[in-house]
Amino acid sequence: MTHVLDPGTLAAGTRPGPGPGTAFDDVTRSDAALRAFLHGLPGVDQVGAEQRAATLGTRSIKTTAKAWAIDTAISMVDLTTLEGADTPGKVRSLAAKARRPDPTDPTAPAVAAVCVYGDLAGVAREALAGTGVHVAAVATAFPSGRASREVKLADVRDAVGNGADEIDMVIDRGAFLAGRYLEVFEEVVAVKEACGGAHLKVILETGELVTYDNARRASWLAMLAGADFVKTSTGKISPAATLPVCLVMLEAVRDFRAATGRQVGVKPAGGIRTTKDAIKHLVLVNETVGADWLSPDRFRLGASSLLNDLLLQRQKLRTGHYSGPDHVSVD
Amino acid sequence: MTSPLFEYAPAPESRSIVDVAPSYGLFVDGEFVDGSGDTLKTVNPATEEVLSEVAVGTEADVDRAVRAARRAFTRVWGPMRPADRGKYLFRIARILQERAREFAVLESLDNGKPIRESRDVDVPLAAAHFFHHAGWADKLGYAGLGPDPRPHGVAGQVIPWNFPLLMLAWKVAPALATGNTVVLKPAETTPLTALLFAQVCQQADLPPGVVNIVTGAGETGRAVVEHADVDKVAFTGSTEVGRSIARAVAGTRKVLTLELGGKAANIVFDDAPIDQAVEGIVRGIFFNQGHVCCAGSRLLVQESVHDEVIASLQRRIGTLRVGDPLDKNTDVGAINSAEQLARIRELSEIGEAEGAHRWQPACDLPDRGFWFPPTVFTDVSPAHRIARDEVFGPVLSVLTFRTPDEAVAKADNSTYGLSAGIWTEKGSRILAIADRLRAGVVWANTFNQFDPTSPFGGYKQSGYGREGGRQGLAAYLKGASH
Repeated sequence: MTHVLDPGTLAAGTRPGPGPGTAFDDVTRSDAALRAFLHGLPGVDQVGAEQRAATLGTRSIKTTAKAWAIDTAISMVDLTTLEGADTPGKVRSLAAKARRPDPTDPTAPAVAAVCVYGDLAGVAREALAGTGVHVAAVATAFPSGRASREVKLADVRDAVGNGADEIDMVIDRGAFLAGRYLEVFEEVVAVKEACGGAHLKVILETGELVTYDNARRASWLAMLAGADFVKTSTGKISPAATLPVCLVMLEAVRDFRAATGRQVGVKPAGGIRTTKDAIKHLVLVNETVGADWLSPDRFRLGASSLLNDLLLQRQKLRTGHYSGPDHVSVD
Repeated sequence: MTSPLFEYAPAPESRSIVDVAPSYGLFVDGEFVDGSGDTLKTVNPATEEVLSEVAVGTEADVDRAVRAARRAFTRVWGPMRPADRGKYLFRIARILQERAREFAVLESLDNGKPIRESRDVDVPLAAAHFFHHAGWADKLGYAGLGPDPRPHGVAGQVIPWNFPLLMLAWKVAPALATGNTVVLKPAETTPLTALLFAQVCQQADLPPGVVNIVTGAGETGRAVVEHADVDKVAFTGSTEVGRSIARAVAGTRKVLTLELGGKAANIVFDDAPIDQAVEGIVRGIFFNQGHVCCAGSRLLVQESVHDEVIASLQRRIGTLRVGDPLDKNTDVGAINSAEQLARIRELSEIGEAEGAHRWQPACDLPDRGFWFPPTVFTDVSPAHRIARDEVFGPVLSVLTFRTPDEAVAKADNSTYGLSAGIWTEKGSRILAIADRLRAGVVWANTFNQFDPTSPFGGYKQSGYGREGGRQGLAAYLKGASH
């Protein structure tokens, strides 16, 4: 009996193997090798993936499970504002909400991070000093990514210099769709280096990659290049985060850990507006990759309006009745 | 945060929507009447609680039902304008949808299947079968089965316990759409949704005698099949009983269709979409606790991906939620009866004794009721009984192959031929392999998908005749060939 593996083996990440940077050095040595590797990953059957996500969407999460899920979801929110009209005042008000989302109830957990443009990272850093809430900044010519490598790297260094400890970069979708995988890989490697100690989230913009096969390949590419998180979307393109695309990315981080021992996080972003949506994502995490990913260090929800719905549902569980939108703060 | 684990709280569907009477009679000529024989108890297999007592139809009861069906055929249903027959079927379909939750809860109570399946599969598909056939009622001349196809008359139908309402729909809808009347015998362990369907017939004002439901066990079924005034016999169930029915109707004028057992091969090639293939394997064998005649009970996996697929499969099986069928988060429910549980246990023990390796996930099973954990046998040889006999439970046998030819040879090496699955990203391979498989239904990159427009039926000892689609109509029409 050589082949019956303990199903916990893969999930626990205990399979012996080389660490990151060694296992797959070979596949990134040339464009051809990287292409062969990415195209050799098992395909994703669209119908099957969507059916699986839909089935998990029917899970009924009630009472104590719902309370746990709401608090967990709040602690995973990257509270985001990415508007041309953003001001220091707006960012400070968001930071206040991030550290204490429900002013009437101190038991509500703080969110994971505030996500802003790089020039406002300093404002956020100052407002969040000593709170444990992270400052995430989008960079690399977000959202399109259409700028030269030098500009993108300068963008990253600027954001880190302003105090961001998490960088949300976008990949060059044009290069990816044209099949220039090594170019995309090298850019992520360069950005990772420019991040220094800051965590790197790599936005795939799956709405522009379109197929699930591409989402899986782009996830692997980003992980090979050193991503700490893979993120679905900028939020500027529709469709943004969907359950099936999140499923495919979760499968990728699961398989990547089994192969390398390194655990990469996942961040769906854009389009998650309701508590129901958020809980569906948590169910997806729970039943695809398990409890190891059910923490803000490994799973984030990029959203702006979601937080208020989570708070309203939280109040409903506590008091037994729904309050109106005036019982949560406007952003 | 109190715990790092996401534990789902119980989410039971309320059973208050169903109103189970302490006892039921037979549904004959549009009314519930007392049976002239014994009664039998029907239990909830998840708790062993007695749900109700139902009549055991005797030969005299069956005779009464057949005479009612004949009368209805001659006087009402046969002469009726086909479009009007269609109206009744549409009405039944709508009522099934309106009362869907009631049917789903009752089905899960009586059968043990998870409410998620009865709610999302059994009941919607049953309604879909009535809608589909309602549309055919006035278009039979255009079905390619001859210019003026005629019904046989009285159809005697015997159905199994694995999909009580859905199998009723598969039998009753085409029979009524084609102008036949029906005497139906539901399974001994799962009569309740058929009796609720009888109430739906009353609610729909279906003319008396068009549908008659006679509950009971094997002897009642035999009386239906052997009644001299039955023109058409349709049976779904075990190959053993199917054989005796074939013997009983041989030499009579009765027309027969049989949908019997299966031992489907689910073939996974090395270029398959592995994550979805694993989902398909799980759906293939653990859907409805494996109580599915077309279940993918033999996994044929290419040797080069065997370890990867099995590891992935075991991890996935570890997440299946086994337990209370009425909990909305349950994936695998109760085994339908003590008798079936004994058979599953026996075959599993034989599997181990023959040298296959049994794997089961850690799972807590309830103390009462009939339960068997999801089970995978690896190192199975085609000579093992668990690779040949239909287990009809949540038990998967894993075999391997090296080449496409070997896959086809092993898949066809069965006395059955009901269904098969092919998993590969290569479209040309799907077509080439499907062409060579001796199976009535072949799924590609999916499994256990059903639709009323698609004919279903088997080769070899899986039976003959088709249900669903145009071909399914032919079984209920005189001289129709497809």
